[in-house]
Amino acid sequence: MNTRPAKEDPNWIVRLAEQAIRYRWAVILATVILTGLALAGLRNGVTFETSYRIFFAGDNPQLQAFDALQNIYTKDDNVMFILTAGKDSIYEEEFLEAVQWLSHRDRAWQIPYTRRVDSISNFQNSVADGDDIFVNDLVPEDLKLDESALAAIRRSAESEPALFNRLINGDGYTTGVNVTVSLPGVNDMTEVPEVVNEVRALADEFAIRYPDIEIRKAGMVMLNNAFSESSLKDMGTVMMPMFVVIFLIMAILLRSILATATAGAVLMISILGAMGMMGWYGFNLSAPLMSAPTMIMTLAVADSVHILVTFFSELRQGRDKRAALIESVRINFTPVLLTSITTAVGFLSMNFSDSPPFRYLGNVVATGVMIAWAASIFFLPAVMSLFPFRAKAKAADHAKADSSVFDALSALLSRRRHSFLAGSIAVVAFLGFLIPRIDLNDQWVQYFDESLEFRQHADYAEENLTGMNNFEFSIPAAESGGINEPEYLRTLGRFADWFRDDPDVVQVNTIADTMKRLNRNMHGDDPAYYRIPDSRELAAQYLLLYEFSLPYGLDLNNQVNVDKSATRVTITTRDVPTKQLRSLIDKGELWLEENAPEYMHVRAASPTVMFAHISERNIKSMLWGTFFAVLAISILLAIALRSLRYGLLSLIPNIVPAVLGFGIWSALYGEMGLSLAMVSGMTLGIVVDDSVHFLSKYLRARREKGLGGEAAVRYAFRTVGKALVVTTLLLAVGFSILGLSSFRMNSWMGQLTAIVIVMALIADFILLPALLMSLDRRRKKRAPQVEAPDEVPVHV
Amino acid sequence: MKTKTRRFLAFQLASLLAVAGFAQSTPEERGLEIAREADARDTGFGDSVAELEMVLQNRHGESSNREMKMKTLEVSGDGDKTLIHFDRPRDVKGTAFLSFTHRVGPDDQWLYLPALSRVKRISSNNKSGPFVGSEFAYEDLSSQEVEKYTYRYIRDEVYEGQDCFVVERYPVDPKSGYTRQVVWFDKQEYRSLKIDFYDRKDALLKTLVFLDYQQYLNRYWRADRMEMVNHQTGKRTDLIWKNYVFGNGFTERDFDQRSLRNTR
Repeated sequence: MNTRPAKEDPNWIVRLAEQAIRYRWAVILATVILTGLALAGLRNGVTFETSYRIFFAGDNPQLQAFDALQNIYTKDDNVMFILTAGKDSIYEEEFLEAVQWLSHRDRAWQIPYTRRVDSISNFQNSVADGDDIFVNDLVPEDLKLDESALAAIRRSAESEPALFNRLINGDGYTTGVNVTVSLPGVNDMTEVPEVVNEVRALADEFAIRYPDIEIRKAGMVMLNNAFSESSLKDMGTVMMPMFVVIFLIMAILLRSILATATAGAVLMISILGAMGMMGWYGFNLSAPLMSAPTMIMTLAVADSVHILVTFFSELRQGRDKRAALIESVRINFTPVLLTSITTAVGFLSMNFSDSPPFRYLGNVVATGVMIAWAASIFFLPAVMSLFPFRAKAKAADHAKADSSVFDALSALLSRRRHSFLAGSIAVVAFLGFLIPRIDLNDQWVQYFDESLEFRQHADYAEENLTGMNNFEFSIPAAESGGINEPEYLRTLGRFADWFRDDPDVVQVNTIADTMKRLNRNMHGDDPAYYRIPDSRELAAQYLLLYEFSLPYGLDLNNQVNVDKSATRVTITTRDVPTKQLRSLIDKGELWLEENAPEYMHVRAASPTVMFAHISERNIKSMLWGTFFAVLAISILLAIALRSLRYGLLSLIPNIVPAVLGFGIWSALYGEMGLSLAMVSGMTLGIVVDDSVHFLSKYLRARREKGLGGEAAVRYAFRTVGKALVVTTLLLAVGFSILGLSSFRMNSWMGQLTAIVIVMALIADFILLPALLMSLDRRRKKRAPQVEAPDEVPVHV
Repeated sequence: MKTKTRRFLAFQLASLLAVAGFAQSTPEERGLEIAREADARDTGFGDSVAELEMVLQNRHGESSNREMKMKTLEVSGDGDKTLIHFDRPRDVKGTAFLSFTHRVGPDDQWLYLPALSRVKRISSNNKSGPFVGSEFAYEDLSSQEVEKYTYRYIRDEVYEGQDCFVVERYPVDPKSGYTRQVVWFDKQEYRSLKIDFYDRKDALLKTLVFLDYQQYLNRYWRADRMEMVNHQTGKRTDLIWKNYVFGNGFTERDFDQRSLRNTR
């Protein structure tokens, strides 16, 4: 593509290109050394962060609320084994023996960082025993499991709120063994796999020992692990195809193996350099950052292709190798620099994000884009000059045939520009109208597609046992020891019952239920006494008695604070959309305000709550990011086009694609998540290239060639139309491949970016020319005297 | 002269043999020997009473206090009898906990609940749970009978400026929450100075440090302060002992179920 903004003094660029070729070995050596230096950054302790927590900045209020809650009780993650009886039900001797085996101190308790193991068998059931209260495992190891014992176990389990829909459900075929772990959080890279390896080994041993019982794994540790597993999987399904496709496209466009290999080297330098710089910046790898190589490759390939295509076209016009290279650099230097800078600015806008991995992603890709520019300008010509390319004059006659399509298009646009303009406005308005209908949705289970074991098992648990989402309240009492007040406990009980009436709620866990059970036990298991004890002293002493009877690891410290002045209420929900979940949480908080004493008014916290707010927070912060990108890029354009008027005009075709893209997204999916908040700012830097090229050609036709609006549009189409189609296809293909990621944040980002890029081409081919022709014609008619001083007078 | 020299040589030989014999004993035997010596040095105190303040702290630094009085009766040939009377928090004031430790087999435990005015027996297989929500398990506080563990001498080490034996001990009871404990006994007085507790997966769970030992009746050492830190949760519990009194003349009747009701 031979873009060259007018009035550029190219002498210093020519000299630069000459030097790069003269000292080519030095340039190549310097490139290799610099890339090596960048890569040395990876030795600065770069790790792969596999925790859902990384998506939240330290000042995120929902994260702080959750940390505060964990500080009061225990800082926990969990692994849930889900066991399914192949035949019969779980209330059979053989099955319960299997549950005992798994939850034995020599098995699940041996998983690294384990703090407690909860199963139907070790549930600390309390029963009246004459005048005494007897606390023991629901399925004691030495119990003979005959018919009546099994029936009693089933009865107790199904009537126990702490078990029902948590570790068992009504169907009697599935049960959970929940392992609570406290990861030290010193090194995610090793801690999570350490736990997961042990979990898998135990599951395998279980499967061999009990072949009739299905075993699955879910829980927060498995979620954390899924971040790295999906990234590993994507290396095969995203990165490899990406390499293959990009090299195929380059080979087809360039029709030269040597040139393709050289461009490939530029890509590798860009990716390695950027990933290495990530280490110098002090970032760590994470699932979102794994999309950086694919993005860099997609964005960087255009630089090399532009320079090489011009080089070959110069060769065909009879120039020798050296002259062709210098001419190509001269022609492409500024446009490639401009597009690289705008792209980088777009990605840098991600620094406004509330979610650190996306800030890192933006910075790493921006770095890669700038490295690609430098490598294309210096390294590429230096290497190409080593290879024997000869001038081969050829008649380039098929260019004519290509441009006929564009001629027809510009003729049609000219004839019906008002209809096109009106149509465009209608489409933009319609799709824009759809945008507010997008629901923000961050259901973390659905971050992973069905090809991953984590998703399959989490879905199974969701359908067959319990919910994977929960939120928690740390509800304070009036004073130290106040959790034993009947008023406090009764309010807790009513709060729990209120939640239980909601169809989205699966299970509610509260100490109030334990109190009711103890009161019943103390009255000979009379169901009439299944209620909160009448006095504070009674409740306190029941609880003391119960605590005295609990074995290692199964204490109440995860539910009651040390001062006995607050307890934890956990609400488990179905995997409902974020919007529904937020409304449930809001209603719960409102219930407390309306029905509980003031000291009990608190807000919910949990990872689920954190994700429920993350999209909204990021959209707000990214509005600023997008504004920054629009401002910076408009200034760049006004300078590049040397016209404030056209710089401002270019805003239209640059902003419209994002509007169209989100509108289409709304129609396609109806929901969006965290990563899509970045897309508007980020794509702006990419789509701006199309309009820059189109406008600069249009302006050159008007200023230098003195063409009228229509003819200038035709000229712009002819000169850059094909190149824009090719680069758009290239970008769309690259981001579509990213759309294949098994990690939804990455795949959605890829898909929406591809859509926006295609929309940008359409806007630049329809809306922009229609706009230009209408505006410039009207202006000429109405006020021919108000010409911009630097614009060449128009003669039709 | 001659006989004296001979006698001296014989003495030297004997002590050499003794040292050699000591060296030849297995680490298990040595560990048991140290535990027995520590137990022997604490035998014969008869009874004691002391006030106890328990300070519980979470990772956040929020704390909560419990106050209780603890009476102990030494029982020859079996484990001690202990009566704990709760004074604070006020909701459990008057609650009393009675336990008979046994050298072999599970202990007997009862709890008196004043709000119900009833004595309730506690299922004794759960000795590994936290004692009133603290970082101490019942098994950490109950009397440390020699028979409750098997032992293994590890090494000598200087701890806090004192020469110590480091001994590992392994709970006999499968219901224990620990796989092992590492105890630092000072060589001078055979007092426990520090204990590391390892959980069921043999990861370091807690560390207990004994501070400010005082000697009573010219013989029996008691720490004024015991600090337990849970490494896995960041929580801690400090025990502060006050007003130790020995020789109260307690009898079995002061430690029966009836005595639970009126311990003041």
